[in-house]
Amino acid sequence: MKARVFITLKNGVLDPQGKAIHHALEGLGFSGVNDVRAGKLIELDLADGTADSEIEEMCRKLLANTVIENFRIERLETASA
Amino acid sequence: MKTAVIVFPGSNCDRDLAVALEQVTGRKPEMVWHRETALPDGVDFIGVPGGFSYGDYLRSGAMAARSPVMQAVKEAAGRGVPVIGICNGFQVLTEAGMLPGALMRNARLSFVCRPVPLRVENSQSLFTAQYDANEQILLPVAHHDGNYQADEDTLDRLEGEGRVAFRYLDEVNGSARRIAGILNDAGNVLGLMPHPERVVEPAHGGTDGVRLFLGLLETVNA
Repeated sequence: MKARVFITLKNGVLDPQGKAIHHALEGLGFSGVNDVRAGKLIELDLADGTADSEIEEMCRKLLANTVIENFRIERLETASA
Repeated sequence: MKTAVIVFPGSNCDRDLAVALEQVTGRKPEMVWHRETALPDGVDFIGVPGGFSYGDYLRSGAMAARSPVMQAVKEAAGRGVPVIGICNGFQVLTEAGMLPGALMRNARLSFVCRPVPLRVENSQSLFTAQYDANEQILLPVAHHDGNYQADEDTLDRLEGEGRVAFRYLDEVNGSARRIAGILNDAGNVLGLMPHPERVVEPAHGGTDGVRLFLGLLETVNA
């Protein structure tokens, strides 16, 4: 089974990379962008039956720094061949 | 004083720190590879050096903080052994949960590499006892992720408990309250972005870093 982990900066945490992307978009003439926040996507290929709690533990122990980041887990249910 | 310097893949200030420690203590530090699960017996001081451990993958310091040797470093810190984390070492200590907060990308995105003036905010700590209260010193910085951030309660607590050890005099990287270095609650763990080990002899262009190590030596030998 596969899972995706989305890691985003918490609200209120300054995101200099998002700001730079925002400025670059404006430089390209895209005027309708109100804000940009950059994050990370991590794809995990997991043993079947890996518990949600275990994926959450992976996030808390390593994948996200919960001082500044939030995480969201999305399981991709794949048909077993 | 028996010292140890932790070496991760991608550390690049480990030898500078070793030279500074040898100069001050008269004894070569033990260089401890990140895969070790124990520190040499009787270590009086541990340095976590600057660099780009694990290529800054995932987050600066994130991988190094989970490497085997860090468990031993945490245990030693818990016993009161002084630990300093410089630059990437500071990032490693925050990622390891040994210091509060996080070091984020510099607010203006650029790598900052220059000497910066600092104020010694706490001259009573293990690490800063040889500096005068509110003394201004000049230490070099060289980092991309030095923007110290923590929630307001944590910042207030750090200020209130005298745990802000060094503060930038000018805007350098966007750090909350211009914090350059902090202490843990027991006072035996210091993390700072500037590099005291790079200014320990006149040929370096300054010697403001040497008193940090001399102060430690005095405390440990006392």
